[in-house]
Amino acid sequence: MIPLSWFLVFSAGLFSIGLFGVLARKNAIAILMGIELMLNSVNINLVAFWRYRGLDGIAGQVFAVIVFAVAAAEVAVGLALFISIYRRRNTIAADEIDLLKW
Amino acid sequence: MPPVQILFIIIAAATLGAALMVVTTSNLVHSALWLVVALFGIAVFFILLDAAFLAVAQVVIYIGAIAILMIFAIMLTRKMVKNPSPQFNTNWAWGIVISVVFFAGLFWMLNSWPGVNTSMPALGPNINPVVDLGEALVSPDAYVLPFEVASVLLMAALVGSIFIAWNRK
Repeated sequence: MIPLSWFLVFSAGLFSIGLFGVLARKNAIAILMGIELMLNSVNINLVAFWRYRGLDGIAGQVFAVIVFAVAAAEVAVGLALFISIYRRRNTIAADEIDLLKW
Repeated sequence: MPPVQILFIIIAAATLGAALMVVTTSNLVHSALWLVVALFGIAVFFILLDAAFLAVAQVVIYIGAIAILMIFAIMLTRKMVKNPSPQFNTNWAWGIVISVVFFAGLFWMLNSWPGVNTSMPALGPNINPVVDLGEALVSPDAYVLPFEVASVLLMAALVGSIFIAWNRK
């Protein structure tokens, strides 16, 4: 009843919104929220293709579970880095963390 | 129009609207709460796709752990600002251009694939996706090795993040 194209266009739109959040925001945690939106859109894509391909195998859902675990790991490490940076430099704006620029 | 399609359109509009509020709100805590709304919408999509375990895992892991962790980190990194600076950096116009071009490219590429309008196949009477997923994640012929590698990765990331954020005073 719902064609596959609806799910794919929705996840493409969500990915583009997350991409805009990563490219245009100043605060580092807001950038991380954009990354989370992109990962969720990829999950929707994976599960939609699993469901619409005649349910051969369960690889789509397993891939989505692995993406869950990797996203959780990446958020934990990223936020720990941001907290550590904030303690030393007292800022978390992405354009003020520029000690490695030439 | 069948009710499933109406439900899909409502949930898709709500999720995309919440995602837009995530990336445009200037208050960062509001942004995190809009992210929780968007993640709930994604969980509803998982239920529409008959992936029941992933819907519950989405709520428990993403909303219950990751979004809460983000709110903690926002509260630990706040400065008392008298005049809050705008939340967009200097290249935000390029950001709009790149995301619109990217979405247009994806849309064109999807429409040029002939299999894009397939309808959902029936699930069958004896197929239980939750049971299949559980068996696939622990069966040696299936995906037990990626599952264990992912859990070791998660453990290493969490131990590392505790060490990075330790307060050495």
